[in-house]
Amino acid sequence: MVRDDLRCIYEIAAKDMRTYYLKPPAISWGIVFPVAWTLAFYLRSPGDFEELVPGLIAMTILFSTTAAEAVVINFEMRLGTLERLLLAPVSIGGVLLGKVLGGFLFGLLMTAAVTAGTALAIGLRPDLTILIPVAALSLLVFSSMGALFSVGFKEVFEAQTFLNLPRFLMVFLCGVVYPISAMPAPLQFISQLLPLTYTVEGLRVAFSAAPSSPLLDSIVLAGFFVLFIFPAMRLLRKRFE
Amino acid sequence: MKAIEVRGLTKRFGSLTAVEDVSFEVEEGEVLGLLGPNGSGKTTTIRMLVGLSRPSEGDARVLGFDLSSGIHKAKRGIGVVPDSSNLYEELSARDNLLFMAKLYGVPKGVREERTEELLRAFGLFERRNDRFGTFSRGMKRSLTIAAALVHDPKLLFLDEPTVGLDVVAARSLRDLISDLHHRGLTIVLTTHYLEEADRLCDRIVILVKGRVVAVDTPRELKRSAEEGSVIEATFRGATSDHSADLSARLPGSKVVVLDGTRLKILGGDPTRVLEELVGFSRSHDLGLEAVNSMRPSLEDAFVSITGLSPAVMAKEKGGR
Ligand SMILES: Nc1ncnc2c1ncn2[C@@H]1O[C@H](COP(=O)(O)OP(=O)(O)O)[C@@H](O)[C@H]1O
Ligand SMILES: [Mg+2]
Repeated sequence: MVRDDLRCIYEIAAKDMRTYYLKPPAISWGIVFPVAWTLAFYLRSPGDFEELVPGLIAMTILFSTTAAEAVVINFEMRLGTLERLLLAPVSIGGVLLGKVLGGFLFGLLMTAAVTAGTALAIGLRPDLTILIPVAALSLLVFSSMGALFSVGFKEVFEAQTFLNLPRFLMVFLCGVVYPISAMPAPLQFISQLLPLTYTVEGLRVAFSAAPSSPLLDSIVLAGFFVLFIFPAMRLLRKRFE
Repeated sequence: MKAIEVRGLTKRFGSLTAVEDVSFEVEEGEVLGLLGPNGSGKTTTIRMLVGLSRPSEGDARVLGFDLSSGIHKAKRGIGVVPDSSNLYEELSARDNLLFMAKLYGVPKGVREERTEELLRAFGLFERRNDRFGTFSRGMKRSLTIAAALVHDPKLLFLDEPTVGLDVVAARSLRDLISDLHHRGLTIVLTTHYLEEADRLCDRIVILVKGRVVAVDTPRELKRSAEEGSVIEATFRGATSDHSADLSARLPGSKVVVLDGTRLKILGGDPTRVLEELVGFSRSHDLGLEAVNSMRPSLEDAFVSITGLSPAVMAKEKGGR
C-alpha cells in the first residue's frame, strides 16, 4: 500500500509539473509579483539591495507554491480529473501529497532560479547548508497552505481571493517591509504567528555571516507544515464521503 | 466467488436518501445492468462500489474485499468509466493512457504495448498524439473506456456509457462492450435506455427512487409482464381525455397513452380487458378501430413493474 502511494505521489507530481507548472501563466504568477515587489524596493533605495534578497526569495517561495496549488487542485476538482486519480490504488492522502510535492518542485525551480540569479548578479555567497533546508521546509509549508485553501473552496478565484488575506498579511508583517522590532506590540505578536516570518529569519541567517542558528525557525516551519497538511487531507476526505 | 455482493447499501445526503437498502449480486463474467430513470441512485451506487463515496449503511464485497475495510486492494482489479469523460484535456490520447497505467503500476514495457493495443482496438491509433480536448464526444467516451482498461481489470464499471452520443457512435460503443463481455470481463453498467439494457445485459437490476424493484434477466422480466397480457387499442376518436375512466374500469391493469388515438393496456385478464374496451368505446362514442395483442417489450415490463410511464426514462440530464 505504501509503495502504491509513493508511486502515485511521484507520478501525480511529475504529471503536474509537465502539464501545468511549466506553462507561462503559472510561471508568471509565481515570479512576477516577487520581482515587481523587489524592483519597487530597489528603486526606493538602490544601495540596500543585498538586504532585500532574503525577502525576495521568501516572496518567490510563497507566491509560486500557493498559486500553483490553487491551479492543480481547484481546476482538477472542477473538471473531475482529481476524482479519476482516486480510482487508482492510492489513498486520498497520497493524492494530496502528490499535489503538494508538485507545488514544492515547481517552487523549488522558481526559487533556485531567483536565488542563483540574484546571488550571481551581486556576488552573494549564502550558506547553502542553511539556505537549502530553510527554503525546502518553507516550500513545503506554503505548498500545503495553498493545498488547504484549494480544497476548502470550489472555485479557483475563491481560493486565490481567500489566500490573499494571509499572503498579504505575511508580506507586510514578516519583517521585510518593516523591521519587526519597530512594530507596535500587537503586530509583533501577529507576526510571530505567521510562517513567512520564520522563512525570512532563516534565510537572513543563511545570507549573513552571523553565527546564529536557524534551528528554531526550521522547527517552527516543520510545525506549520503539519498544521496545514493534515486539515487539508481531512477536508479532501470529507469531499468524498 | 461472486464478483460483487451488495448487502443493504444505503446512502443519505442530508435528508435525501439517494440509495436505500440496495442488495444484489454480480456473477463473474456477467454483464449486470443498473436500470432506472435519472436520479434513481445508479451513479451513487457505483460511486460507493468503487470507493469514491462512503455508504451511510450496509456493505459490499467487491472482488472479495469488503468496502468497509477499505477497497484499496480491490482497485487493481477494477476499471471505472465515470458518467463524464474526465481525462486530461491537455494530454494526448496516448499520454492519458500512459499516465493511468503508471498510476496503476503497470510495468514500463507492458505499459507501452498495452497502450498501443488499446488505441488500435478503439480506433484511436491515428489520433494518438492529439490532445484529448480536441476529440469528439464519441472519441472521448471511447478513450475513457480505454483508460479504464490499461491495467487489465477483471471488473469494469460503466456509468451511462452511451449518453450524449449519436446513434452510430453509440452503436459502435455497444459492440465494443459486447466484445469485452465475450472476452470474460465482468461488467456493471448503468443506463436509462431500456433497449441498451435489453441488448447488453445478462441480468438487470431495476432501481426506482433509490430502491431495487426487480432483479432478473431481460427475458424473465418480459415474461413476468407477459403473464398479464399487453393489448393495444386504436380508436377513431381522441382518447386522451378519457383514459382515466378506462383506468378506473380496469383496476388490475395499467393504461398507457401512446398518442391521441392509441392506448396500451398492460396486465389484467384479457377477456375482462376486451370487454371493458368495448364498453369504454361505446360510452364515450370513440369507435374501436383495431385491437392488437402484443409481445411485451422490456419497456412494457418496465412499466408494469415500476408503474412509471416510459416518458420518465426519456428525460435526459442536462448536456455534458
Ligand atoms: N453529492 C450529492 N449530494 C447531494 N445529493 C446528491 C449527491 N449525489 C447525488 N445526489 C442525489 O441523489 C439522487 C440520486 O442521484 P444519482 O445517483 O446521480 O442518480 P442516477 O445516476 O440514477 O441518475 C439524486 O436525487 C441526486 O440529486
Ligand atoms: Mg447517473
